[in-house]
Formats: sequence, C-alpha cells, structure tokens
Amino acid sequence: MSTYKKIYMDNVAGKPVDPRVIDAMMPFIKEFYGNPSSVHSFGYESKKALEEARAKIAKLINAEKAESIIFTSGATESNNMAIKGVAYRNMDKGKHIITSSIEHMSIINPCKYLKTKGFDVTFLPVDKYGLVDLDSLERELREDTILVSIQYANSEIGTIQPIREISQIVHRKNAYLHVDATAANGQIPIDVQKDGIDLLTLSSNDMYGPKGVGALYIRSGVRIEPIIHGGGQERGLRSGTENVPGIVGFGKAAEIAVNEMRAESERLSRLRDKLIKGLLESIPYAFLNGHPTNRLPDNAAVRFSFIEGESILLSLDMMGVAASSGSACTAKTLEPSHVLLAIGLKHEEAHGSVLFTLGRQNTEDDVDYVIQIMPDIVKRLRMFSPLTPKELLG
Amino acid sequence: MYSEKVMEHFRNPRNMGEIKDADGVGTVGNPVCGDMMTIYIKVKDNRIEDIKFKTFGCGAAIATSSMITELAKGKTLEEALKITRKDVADALEGLPPVKMHCSNLAADALKAAIEDYYRKQKEKEKVEIK
Repeated sequence: MSTYKKIYMDNVAGKPVDPRVIDAMMPFIKEFYGNPSSVHSFGYESKKALEEARAKIAKLINAEKAESIIFTSGATESNNMAIKGVAYRNMDKGKHIITSSIEHMSIINPCKYLKTKGFDVTFLPVDKYGLVDLDSLERELREDTILVSIQYANSEIGTIQPIREISQIVHRKNAYLHVDATAANGQIPIDVQKDGIDLLTLSSNDMYGPKGVGALYIRSGVRIEPIIHGGGQERGLRSGTENVPGIVGFGKAAEIAVNEMRAESERLSRLRDKLIKGLLESIPYAFLNGHPTNRLPDNAAVRFSFIEGESILLSLDMMGVAASSGSACTAKTLEPSHVLLAIGLKHEEAHGSVLFTLGRQNTEDDVDYVIQIMPDIVKRLRMFSPLTPKELLG
Repeated sequence: MYSEKVMEHFRNPRNMGEIKDADGVGTVGNPVCGDMMTIYIKVKDNRIEDIKFKTFGCGAAIATSSMITELAKGKTLEEALKITRKDVADALEGLPPVKMHCSNLAADALKAAIEDYYRKQKEKEKVEIK
C-alpha cells in the first residue's frame, strides 16, 4: 500500500496547521506563559497577543469592533453558546427558534435540548440543492421567534445560503440571526455588517489554525447569557483562562486568510470543478450532491449508484486517498447523513455518497490521480453489488 | 478500525459472483439499511459443492460475505447451517462493535440459501410423486 502516493482530501474533517501559524504560536507555548488576566508584565505579553488576535478575527469578518469577538474552544461551543445563550436571555420575549434541517449537530442537538426545556423549535426544509426555503422562513417567523440560526454554507454538500436575503426576512420580525460559518470561514468573504449577521460562529482549524479554538461574534447590543460561568473572562460571556497559544494561531490563520483567500479560493474552485466534471463524465450513474454553482470552493460531493460509501472510502484509502462519506456505515449511528436525507436523497442514494474536500496542500496532480483511479474503484464495487444493472457490467 | 483479515478479504474477496443454475439462493438485508447480500449455492450429495456471493455494503459486509463462502464450501448442509454470525466474525479476527449487527449478515444469507434449496427439493419431490 505504501507504494501509492498519499493524498489528503478530507479537509472538512481536519486541516493541517499552516507552518506560519505554528511559528506564530511557538513563543506562546515556550516563553510567554503569563495569564492574560494578570497585572504584571508576564500577563501583559499574553494579553497583548490575545487582543491582537481578536483584532485579526474582527478584520476577517469586518466586525464593527474587536470586542465583539468572544473566544471559545471551537465551533461546537460557539454554536451552543449562540443557541442556548440567546434562548435563555430572551425567554421573556418568546420561546420560538427557527433553524434549518441541514445544520451541524452542534446546532440541531442544542435546539432539540431546548425543546425539552419548553422551547418551540422549527426545522426549515431545504430544496434538492440544500437551499433554505425562504417562503417557509417567512411563514414560520412569529412574534415570539427570538432566534433564527442558519449556516453560511454546508460542509457536506457545499451549498452556500443566501444569508443577506435571510437576514432581511429575519430582521423584519426583530429576531436575531445566528450564522454558523464553520465550513465557510476562510473560504469565502464574510462581512457581518453587510450580511446583517447578529451572531457568527467561527472555527480555527477550518482555516488552517490549531484545533480546539473558535470564536463567536456577537454584535453589540445582542442580548445573550453565558453558558460557562467562572472567573468572568471574555467580558463575562465565556469564563476560563484563554487558550493563548491557540488563539494567537487562530489570529494568524485569519490574517493569512484575509491576504490569500481570493487567490486560493479561485485555485480551489478550479480544481473542484475539474474533479467534479472528471468524475461525472467518466463514471455512469454518478451525481453531484449540493448546488452546482453556489458551492464552497473546497467541496466536491459526489454519489455513485448501486454501491456503498464506506467501501468506496476503503478502496480509495488502499490507493492512498483520504476522503469522507455521508454513509451510515462510517458513522456512529446507523442512519445516513441527515443532510443528504433532507435534500431528498433516498437512503440507498445517501449511502453511496463520497465527499472530497480540497485544501491548500492539494495540487492539480492530486485531482488528476483521483479522476484516474475512481472509475476502476466504482466498477469493482459495482461488480460485487447485487443492485448493479446487468448492462453496466458488460 | 478493521482487522488485517477483514481488509485482506475486502481486497481479495473469495468466490465473488453469481451461479446461474444455483440450487439455492438467499438474499438478506436491503439497500435502505446500506447492506444487502445474496448467496448462491450448488449442492451435490448433501454438500455445498460451490458457493458465490454478491454484496452491496460496507467493507465489513463484503468481508463477511467472502469469509462465509470459505467457511461453507465443502461442508454438508447440516454443518453449514451451524455456522453462526459469531463464527464469521471470529474467523475475520473480530469486527468493530457497530458492525456486528448491521453488516454481519452473511450467516443469515447462507441459511436463507440452504432453506431455499430445501424448499426447491420438496417442490421437486411433489412433482415427482404426481
């Protein structure tokens, strides 16, 4: 197996940390260990680095001020904070929350949890491309709706939501709009002021920063309660000594994204389109998951009829290629991805899905290699499958 | 996550294919669950003379199908019926816990194929008596 080249196309699951980010972090692991809350010079060095990172994150999303950024342990915590924090702080106004049926589990599960605490949650349907149905959003908004949470883009199918239109609809009813930008951040420009976003979830590793760091942008004036209580760090909204090395790395990653996003996104979009086209043209009964044009630059989500995703991933891995799947067989649960079912795929269609997510380390050669090996992998598994029509085996 | 033995059978499945004039055919599972397998058997003098499989499913589903054909080939029908899901998993040096239920269907598929064989034999006898 080791004779094959190693190609990583599972950037949605985890990204390599940019070497420039590692360099920026090292002093804060080795030398500057002071607590940012301390008054002495050791603390000051850390505090300064923390605030510089905050400013860089603010710049990435054009936040009105750096103080609107609250550091967390990652996107899951940011999403929990946005959903539960807004819900508990605004219960007096209403107990209705709207979200979509293709959100990440760190949105869906906090919403389901709130349902058990007396909140009312509406899960909006999406169309076959994964676009949120704006008519149903308009219809479902009520006087007691306090929060709408819609992702910027979907990690599994790449579809980008019309956030500005969504924001206009939501704000006509005076609810808050939370946007989970985990999949989108660092890939496409986000402007919280122009987009009309009240709360925004960001993730460090998704833009080549270290794991275990994230942020929640909270527009000034938004009423929110902390969900982690303690020493009152982060304006009392997120207690606990800040993860300074991680945050410094996150800040550096954001700075790099600001400078390089445009060129890199163009490069990835081109590779993505080549990969999708190459697979769909060379393999019969292969289909694209998600929106054909409104999609993240890194995302090539393809499904193959008559075969199952995990066996495709194993076959790819044998050839040195790492990808992921929406199949139940790769998950802890036995259900296929809720996202693939929500866009209307049948169970057996969802099972045959493979997700290639490109990153900075991928080259055109990598894409060519996948296009070259994939037809034989699919052919072999279809030969095994009792579902494959006879004429395909020829 | 899979044992080397599972991967070996996934890479080189034994007895993959169909038997056109099979004496017994058994299908279990369904594509909705993500696993479906068909076992074909050829029986001579109460022994499984030939056996083949076709499987839609994950790596474990394909490896268990392949393994059961190895375990069953040459056995009497009575011996073959005694092969359990656990025997298949053990022969593969274990399966991940989550796969024990969903993908370990090969023993059931073999049983279904043998039952199909018995049913067809009975029908033949009926025809002969008439």
